[in-house]
Amino acid sequence: MSTTYGITIGSDGPALEVRDVNVHYGSKQAIDGVSLTVPKKKVVALIGPSGCGKSTLLRCFNRMNDLVPSARVDGLIEFRGHDLYAPDVDPVEVRRRIGMVFQKPNPFPKSIYENVAFGPKINGFRGDLDELVETSLRQAALWDEVSDRLGDSAYALSGGQQQRLCIARTLAVKPELVLMDEPASALDPIATQKIEELIYELKEQYTIVIVTHNMQQAARISDYTAFLYMGKLIEYGPTDTIFTNPREERTEAYVTGRFG
Amino acid sequence: MSAGDWLTGSDAAFDRRRKLKGAVFAGACGAATLVGVVSLGVLLVDVIIDGIASLDWRFVTALPSRFPERAGIKVALAGSVWILVLTALISFPLSVAAAIYLEEYANRGWVSKTIQTNIANLAGVPSIVYGILGLALFVRGLGLGRSVLSGALTLSLLIMPVIIIAAQEAIRAVPPTIREAAYGLGATRWQVVSRQVLPMALPGILTGTILALSRAVGETAPLIMVGAVGFIAFTPEGPMSPFTVLPLQIYQWVSRPQDEFRAIAAAGIIVLLLLLLSMNAVAIVLRNRYSSKT
Ligand SMILES: Nc1ncnc2c1ncn2[C@@H]1O[C@H](COP(=O)(O)OP(=O)(O)O)[C@@H](O)[C@H]1O
Ligand SMILES: [Mg+2]
Repeated sequence: MSTTYGITIGSDGPALEVRDVNVHYGSKQAIDGVSLTVPKKKVVALIGPSGCGKSTLLRCFNRMNDLVPSARVDGLIEFRGHDLYAPDVDPVEVRRRIGMVFQKPNPFPKSIYENVAFGPKINGFRGDLDELVETSLRQAALWDEVSDRLGDSAYALSGGQQQRLCIARTLAVKPELVLMDEPASALDPIATQKIEELIYELKEQYTIVIVTHNMQQAARISDYTAFLYMGKLIEYGPTDTIFTNPREERTEAYVTGRFG
Repeated sequence: MSAGDWLTGSDAAFDRRRKLKGAVFAGACGAATLVGVVSLGVLLVDVIIDGIASLDWRFVTALPSRFPERAGIKVALAGSVWILVLTALISFPLSVAAAIYLEEYANRGWVSKTIQTNIANLAGVPSIVYGILGLALFVRGLGLGRSVLSGALTLSLLIMPVIIIAAQEAIRAVPPTIREAAYGLGATRWQVVSRQVLPMALPGILTGTILALSRAVGETAPLIMVGAVGFIAFTPEGPMSPFTVLPLQIYQWVSRPQDEFRAIAAAGIIVLLLLLLSMNAVAIVLRNRYSSKT
């Protein structure tokens, strides 16, 4: 056990260790020297005004930025002690181990069942696929609503259900870390609440890094909060400290709604 | 001021003028549409009146003849179907592969920009130029002779730019969020393309392909260049057989002095139109089937 700035890391090490990470899009710098540590089985919230680099930083963690031709990432990002950007690391494998849920629900134009089964199938899953689909849908608190219509198109679901389907789909490949980029921002309050409850349950088993622009949401669901501003990490610590007793003036201004 | 004033508008003259402008514009557009529809209608009716009497099963299944009452369309129809099938087999896989490469694999550097511009330009090259190329390249260069295969290869070159562009557009229309979702689950590029992007783009690709093939079926000039001739006694037996096609046969009949040939030319036109219309119908069915499914 070690504690730095109130971040407590278990004896088996952190889930993610981020050191001096910079991201450029072409000549434009989007992330500037960010360092932070994500403890295992906790929820870490990334907050900050629109355009401050939250999504960019999140997408470094599963090498999604590799898909953006102009993006360049440097610095060190270690996942369970392995450098994610080492030359021998296969980004495809990284994305299998580190799942991602996106801002807008983006189910495949296929059946509910096929949406969940897609990940295991492409990763060569050998085993009881029906069972895996059911487990994943249960974990995402969607099973009871869809168990009798798994063959229906995913597009027939409501937005909130679609987003939980996307979470189930992510869980089906058994990731160790789940990244969520404003997963509830396109949803109504009730669907949002369901997602929040779900996140609360998921942290029993998963480490979660979640981007949110909703301050109350960050306060409700996260253990640690990182405040980003113009590509820089301004402050990172336990969520209650960030919200009630921040060290930085800018953090206080932001969390109390004075800007952003 | 009464409560309803704002409904009628304050400047009645201005209001009348802009409504008039709208009506004039709508009328002009309607008239433009009519020109197209009416002339096409007149043409169709004229062709049907001329040809319907000669159009029967005997006509469709009879070999060509010097005597109009014995002449049939069988050889040209078979030639057109041969050309159609071979052209589809050659152009579809090549074009789809090219489109996938350009959209999903190639870097967006100057090389791919140059290729892109050239494909767009190739789509505008007159078909006779492809005929000359086909003559030099396939008939003479590769020694394929005046065969169905030479014709199909030439027409493939002709329609590939069109299919590539249609396929690229269909691929581009697949939302990037779908690709992200698949990549995010640990899919390789090939898995993303083959399992998500292509299935979603397929209806659009097929529609584009069918429309391009309809164009190929109506082509005459490049096929004359590669040696399709107006009078062939037998249907093609293989890719290396000599051949003729419907438009060429029709042209050949029309240019005969006897009036009777004009009638069977009209019947030939009806057969050609039926072939084209059924291809377009397939395209529409494909489009509707898939767009209502998701
Ligand atoms: N693909 C991209 N190409 C160029 N610039 C980008 C790209 N994505 C994001 N940016 C820029 O990087 C900065 C951070 O963006 P982003 O990470 O999306 O912010 P946030 O998620 O906090 O709103 C913004 O200025 C944005 O314009
Ligand atoms: Mg964002």
